[in-house]
Amino acid sequence: MADDGAMRASARLIVNGEAHLISAPPGRRLSEVLREDLGLRGTKLGCDAGDCGACTVLLEGRPVCACLVPLAQAEGREILTVEGLAQSGLEHLRRAFLAHGAAQCGICTPGMLMAAAALLHKNPHPTREEAAEALGGVLCRCTGYAKIIEAVCRANDPPARAESPEAGAAVGAGIERLDGRAKVDGSESYGADHVPEGVLMVRAIRSPHHHARFSFGDLEGWRKARPGIALVLTAADIPGRNRFGVIPAFADQPVLAEGEALFRGEAVALVVGEAEAVANFRAEDFPIAWEPLAAITDPAEALREGADLIHGERPGNILTKGRVCQGDPQAALAASAHLAAGEIETAFVEHAPIEPEAGVAWLEGEGEAPRLVIRACTQAPGMDRAECASILALPEERIRIITAATGGGFGTKLDLSVQPLIGLAALRTGRPCRMVYSRRESMASTTKRHPARMRARIGCDGAGRLTGMIFEGDFNTGAYASWGPTVAGRVPVHASGPYRVPHYRAEARAIHTHGPPSGAFRGFGVPQATIMQEVLFDDLALACGMDRLAFRLQNAMRDGDSTRTGQRLEAVGIRACLEALQAPWEAALAACREWNAARGRRRRGMGVASCWYGCGNTALPNPSTIRAGLTADGRLCLHQGAPDIGQGANTVIPQIFADALGLPVAQIELIGPDTALTPDAGKTSASRQTYVTGKAAMLCGQALRAMILRRLNLGEGARLSLEGGRIIAREGASEASLDPAQLPPGPWGYVLAAEESYDPPTTPLDENGQGAPYAVYGYGAQMAEVEVDMGTGQVRVRHIHAAHDLGRVINPILAEGQIEGGIAQGLGLALMEEYIPGRTENLHDYLIPTTGDMPRITPILIERPDPEGPFGARGLGEHVLIPTAPAILNAIRHASGARITRLPALPHRVLAAIREAGG
Amino acid sequence: MGYHRPADLGTALEILSGQAPRLIAGGTDLFPAIEGPLQGEILDLTAIPELQGIRHTERGWRFGAAVKWAEIAAADLPPCFAALQQAARRIGGIQIQNSATLAGNLCNASPAADGVPPLQVLDAAIETASRSGSRMLPLAEFITGPRKTALKDGEMVIAVHVADRSAAGASAFEKLGARAHLVISIAMAAARVVLDGGRIARAAVSIGACSPVARRMPDFEAALAGAPASDLERLRPVLAQEAAARLSPLDDVRASAGYRTEMAVEITLRAVARAIGEAGETGDTGNAEGDCHGG
Repeated sequence: MADDGAMRASARLIVNGEAHLISAPPGRRLSEVLREDLGLRGTKLGCDAGDCGACTVLLEGRPVCACLVPLAQAEGREILTVEGLAQSGLEHLRRAFLAHGAAQCGICTPGMLMAAAALLHKNPHPTREEAAEALGGVLCRCTGYAKIIEAVCRANDPPARAESPEAGAAVGAGIERLDGRAKVDGSESYGADHVPEGVLMVRAIRSPHHHARFSFGDLEGWRKARPGIALVLTAADIPGRNRFGVIPAFADQPVLAEGEALFRGEAVALVVGEAEAVANFRAEDFPIAWEPLAAITDPAEALREGADLIHGERPGNILTKGRVCQGDPQAALAASAHLAAGEIETAFVEHAPIEPEAGVAWLEGEGEAPRLVIRACTQAPGMDRAECASILALPEERIRIITAATGGGFGTKLDLSVQPLIGLAALRTGRPCRMVYSRRESMASTTKRHPARMRARIGCDGAGRLTGMIFEGDFNTGAYASWGPTVAGRVPVHASGPYRVPHYRAEARAIHTHGPPSGAFRGFGVPQATIMQEVLFDDLALACGMDRLAFRLQNAMRDGDSTRTGQRLEAVGIRACLEALQAPWEAALAACREWNAARGRRRRGMGVASCWYGCGNTALPNPSTIRAGLTADGRLCLHQGAPDIGQGANTVIPQIFADALGLPVAQIELIGPDTALTPDAGKTSASRQTYVTGKAAMLCGQALRAMILRRLNLGEGARLSLEGGRIIAREGASEASLDPAQLPPGPWGYVLAAEESYDPPTTPLDENGQGAPYAVYGYGAQMAEVEVDMGTGQVRVRHIHAAHDLGRVINPILAEGQIEGGIAQGLGLALMEEYIPGRTENLHDYLIPTTGDMPRITPILIERPDPEGPFGARGLGEHVLIPTAPAILNAIRHASGARITRLPALPHRVLAAIREAGG
Repeated sequence: MGYHRPADLGTALEILSGQAPRLIAGGTDLFPAIEGPLQGEILDLTAIPELQGIRHTERGWRFGAAVKWAEIAAADLPPCFAALQQAARRIGGIQIQNSATLAGNLCNASPAADGVPPLQVLDAAIETASRSGSRMLPLAEFITGPRKTALKDGEMVIAVHVADRSAAGASAFEKLGARAHLVISIAMAAARVVLDGGRIARAAVSIGACSPVARRMPDFEAALAGAPASDLERLRPVLAQEAAARLSPLDDVRASAGYRTEMAVEITLRAVARAIGEAGETGDTGNAEGDCHGG
């Protein structure tokens, strides 16, 4: 059938002051024209529906979503994109974004910059409210917006000259991101941004049913009837093992389903071909017959006696159980003066990184055994390589994973997405193959936070000292294992919070349903469990007439205390965090009392909650390796393989390395992450990079330093510098220099090189969950002030104080950014986020916080050095969101009496709970 | 040629009658509904001068069909349009407001269309045209159901009209959602009041997102007429009864049906109170003829 709408016409566009003649269909989205026809890939795509604002450009000076503008409407008009900011006099806005740490992953940055540009043209010194309003149409999942708004408000302030720290002064300095420049000028290359010549597109056919059998019709006939379609691939085409999963013992997920799909969104076939042909075919026409089958969507159904087994080898539909047991909690509870008990249910939560999964694969090298290169957004290049090798039946050395700039992950990009699909397509076609998930596809097919149904009982004595706790949680792990075992394992270890609980039993189960696979999401189940525990703590504090913060302080763990797994801990930071909240807590309580005395429609309340979180894998090895070298021409290269998904590894790891070595961080040349160039630094997960890879970087820096000093015959106290390609060392009056050009080349082509690994010392957990599962824990406490509209149940969070013990702050700006961003996700978990398969597969039905939803945030950084971490540092990435939701829920109850038992606390649920409480 | 962007109304109506194209204006509803490229016969309405502009004529206020919500938000309009302008600022983000059009919001006919209640309280009328002529129909008759309008084949919206008699008093818009920006309404309400001293001379009230099409509340409006402006709470039961009778909200992911009905009452009272406040402040006593246009 002739398709007139796709006919090309010529259109004249003026982009960044330059005229272009475009030959494209007039109905083509402007976003596609800019990215694909003009190669201006600084404009990002997050949803193709006007929901996220990532593709914001200025059309005649006004911000619009380029994904909603047909080329015909842009004809002859002036378009400004992120690439043109400098020439429109807004270079200082880019600099402000860098200086204030406004870009984390950077995927929303172009959209933010363009929306800000429109505002600043009219209003050079906006207030915070004006900036928040102007940026309300652009979603950010990393920053919590605080630093973005700060950067916009202060864009026209005279720039503060940021000095790069001297040798030895990098740790603790709030330096700009070392990879930041590309994020603010539009040149950063994410998963969807690298497009080799001659590339083919890959599109997946996915199950529209929660559970269904399927059979294919005449695939070859269908393909032949469609010019431009090169290949159709099914499970039968997978050369290796058609199973993947982040934990090898549980790997159960097919790359392409084999006759039966277990969740809505599961891939069953791939179509590979020329871009237009692949985009234009109608999914309904694909020759596949579906036979929907009964689906189990609720874990309670899955557990029912006689329920169908989703995986035959897993009785009761239980994937795994985790358990930690100490003392006699039953007896302790029975003897307690006060007892609190409750149940709480949470929802599927979607990570919603603004970058949907994307990547491109190609073959490199000649001859019999070319190497398959897969360049994609990822949190785990080493795991990607191992899994793709198994799926594609290639030795690992014939697969190279290049970590593209990754536009947010939060756990979801730990699991494979596009990697094996584009790898398979490239192997079969011999051509570069590219795949970019649509938002709907990303939401339907990738992992989620586990919905939890939790019950707990906690007791205390008459003086408010905790006596015992029993926790039971069922976690809906969906159709495949993913990180379900990790959630079931982590939850019982952490469910007490960082408190002294002498008698304890916690059990968690991961239960299969025909839902999307639940996987890793910032906190691995601990945020859910902490809600249960912290909500009950408020009951206990009230029951014994104690201030709620004082109750927590009294029960907080101290240095030398043992955990519920029997691990003795030093440098326990929780008391310092709670103490840091004391003054603002008392002031805020008094202010709430005063406000509420007016008995108005809006009531204010305060809540507080703590967190602790073990950094690194739970009782399993997770080594990181860092390599560095000096070239003959005097360049200092750091092979940094830890994926930076916005959290800042590309900056923090060099800061640690620089100080360990004793040279300025500005002189480091960063290489990687790329499995061909960087040793494995493990995955960006479990709040482990600053600690584990950071420690490897520290050891590597120290080793290189020792090597240099040995050659120069100087002592440990010498000061190093790298000047004109030579290393100079000075110690007291003596000075020595080393000319790398005079040295023979050594390993990896460097004249001096070091490679060091570090793996956290842990011990396995026994059948009662006793052991030392983590070598380092991090701590935090947050207090939230909320305002509840008693007439509608709407909740506005006004202010959050967040005190976190980082051990040692490597970079305060990045640390604050982690805190603010974690709070945004915790706020979403508490108030608005609920993923419903088949119903909220877009960013207007699935709500994440916007600028207008975020409170003022006061980060408080505490430094109680950890004996194990590099320079004393602990992890932070996941800790930051754990206390937020319980602090908000406790504040809602304080303000309104509403006791929320089902999350998110949508207005209708809050109002119902207010009524139930008699409000 | 499948994509048409005519520069005059006559040509547009010609194309519309001949080729049954899909219409596009701001594209903010059309593009999200498709995954992939825009295909088939398309009629783009954004280059037609007759569909542009906001102006006051001898017949009252005329809003061109393709006026963008950002233009409405920024226009210098009398206080009776405040609800419409407030709604304009809550339709998506600024990016959406710069693209989305007035008639697009109406023709998309979503039960949660933010533009509808503010226009209902202005007794807006819709001017349509086709090759065989034009007609004017009340907004209440234009949107006939969810995603349904009274448009016939070959017919399109040209303008939205507000008669001077209705362009009186002051108005306010309330929107209830689960987040601050970019949110589909759980419920919304628009209210317009004309004051006479300390009393309400007349009022118009409309509730959206709680029934297939936004609904006016005539019983409550009648009760408001003549009531003292200072004691709205007294009329809550009247509104509650009418809302229960006239609204038929959905239970969905955003809220329960019961909550929606209750909130309809709550936010309507808030909208009326704010409209009264505005009317009081502007000193607008809008006489029965309602000549209060300042534009």
